[in-house]
Amino acid sequence: MQGVAVELIRVTKRYGAVTAVDAIDLRIPAGSYCCLLGPSGCGKTSTLRMIAGHEAIDDGDVRLGDTVVTHMPPARRGTAMMFQSYALFPHLSVVDNVAFSLKMKGVARDARRARAMEFLLLVAMEKYAERLPAQLSGGQQQRVALARALVTEPQVLLLDEPLSALDPFLRGRVRAELKRLQRELGISFIHVTHSQDEAMALADLVVVMNAGRIEQADTPRAVFDAPRSEFVARFIGGHNIVVTAAGKAAVRCDRLAVARGDEMPADGLGLAATVQAVEYQGSSVVLSLQEERHADLAAVMDDAIFFADPLQPGDRVTVRWRPGDAHRLD
Amino acid sequence: MSRVASSRAALWQAAPLVVLLAVFFVLPLVLVVVVSVWDYNDYAILPDVTPRNYRDVFEGCLVALPELCVTFKTYLSTLKFCLMVWLSTLLIGFTVAYFLAFHVRSLGWQVVLFLVCTIPFWTSNVIRMISWIPLLGRNGVINQWLQQAGITDAPLEWLLFSDFSVLLAFVHLYTMFMIVPIFNSMTRIDRSLLEAAYDAGASGWQTLWNVVIPLCKPGIVIGSIFVVTIVMGDFVTIGVMGGQQIASIGKIISVQMSYLQFPLAAANAVILLAVVMMIIWAMTRAVDIRREL
Repeated sequence: MQGVAVELIRVTKRYGAVTAVDAIDLRIPAGSYCCLLGPSGCGKTSTLRMIAGHEAIDDGDVRLGDTVVTHMPPARRGTAMMFQSYALFPHLSVVDNVAFSLKMKGVARDARRARAMEFLLLVAMEKYAERLPAQLSGGQQQRVALARALVTEPQVLLLDEPLSALDPFLRGRVRAELKRLQRELGISFIHVTHSQDEAMALADLVVVMNAGRIEQADTPRAVFDAPRSEFVARFIGGHNIVVTAAGKAAVRCDRLAVARGDEMPADGLGLAATVQAVEYQGSSVVLSLQEERHADLAAVMDDAIFFADPLQPGDRVTVRWRPGDAHRLD
Repeated sequence: MSRVASSRAALWQAAPLVVLLAVFFVLPLVLVVVVSVWDYNDYAILPDVTPRNYRDVFEGCLVALPELCVTFKTYLSTLKFCLMVWLSTLLIGFTVAYFLAFHVRSLGWQVVLFLVCTIPFWTSNVIRMISWIPLLGRNGVINQWLQQAGITDAPLEWLLFSDFSVLLAFVHLYTMFMIVPIFNSMTRIDRSLLEAAYDAGASGWQTLWNVVIPLCKPGIVIGSIFVVTIVMGDFVTIGVMGGQQIASIGKIISVQMSYLQFPLAAANAVILLAVVMMIIWAMTRAVDIRREL
């Protein structure tokens, strides 16, 4: 599929005096997996809810495809939302939950149940069709919620922290399944999360938000490789913020070269530091380092390299990086 | 603590309530059932086991069919009131509860409006009933106003001491018993369910019918039980507001007691109890209210 699925144009949301979402612009390509990433209160959920039509837009416009949907109700937008708590109707069986939107459209009982069964088959829940939501596990409820959202055949599926209620083991499996579904259906998924791992693993487009603004919208690789702001570097993690002559820069922890001794290299590019702690993590070792101006440097070393000459807390080291690995921050 | 000791402690904890229920609920009920099979004459009640009282209640009822005997007519009239009051309180109670639960956003206002609803309960039942009389009477405020405004020529007779005034008083007295449990059910509805319905394209009415009402059923049934049991057993409201002209089962029992026909009154009470229990059984069959308790 080509083109833009969702476009936000200076979209603003205010709650009284507080601006939750501050004139953001965003284009989400059709058929892509987009993650809105940020800490709680950054405006990511408000943004999702405005795209869904569950939150009034105070300023700006939302377009889906070629249509301006700013003032349309959710059902006419071609979006469907999967709620954080799944919001399954507790009094309806699984199949009636999935068939709910078809019932609202006036589809006859047998036809809508048949259609609902197709979508239950898609999420492998057809065996549980006659159960009530309370009789399902969290993961199963989520599949039903997914089927219920997909049965409306949306162009854009909106997911509000879909994995947060699941245990870590299930989270990984569901993550893979969401990605598979998105590929197979070829529609856009917009997924709100505060977990960078989730965003990295799933997204074609990661939108990092902070305080109602978009800090960076890029591919996961670009966001991780070249964070544009200190906030992004810190939030994504795995980065050191170093102060250079040209200003602050982000350097990936695994791009730091650590050498024993505090002899500064001839070109003067490097930092002399003390090892504070050594943490073994299997395939890698994380060193916490202290330097005069940088209290909390971290270096990730390959385990083979580390154990060739193991460092101890208190050892003096020099830390270097290639100029190309330092990304200037705004 | 051993299991025996802990279960003994649990028994002690349950004891006060058991004693209370035994003395004030089970014992009187057993006495009523026992007395209902006793015999009586003009000046004494006689311990006995006789079906006479039950036979007397339904005397001539089967023979007279399809004409209704007094007992059947009275039950029919009581059930008719019960149905009308139930429908009216349900409609008003549901609407008020819906407004309080979904349109009043702040907890503060909800509390204030609830207190406003309870204001009628600051006075006794009888005073609340009697205060309708100056309003609805032949020369009451409403009739005078209607005549002055030229809407009617003569006073409306059906305003007071009529089915209408009985219904009005019942609704006035007992709607609160509907509001509270329905409101309680509504506050338990997860708001995201309403959003999910909206997301699925449901209109306001569709959401009401397909989501809100089904989830309020336990509250509706609990409120209905309150209203039905009160109205089925009432004799004061029907007496005062009906001008002592309208029959009800409660009224029959009260009259029989005033003639000291205790066994007959007891038999009537047992039959009434059975009827009410059947209604409640039917309602709880339709809806599982345990979720709410």
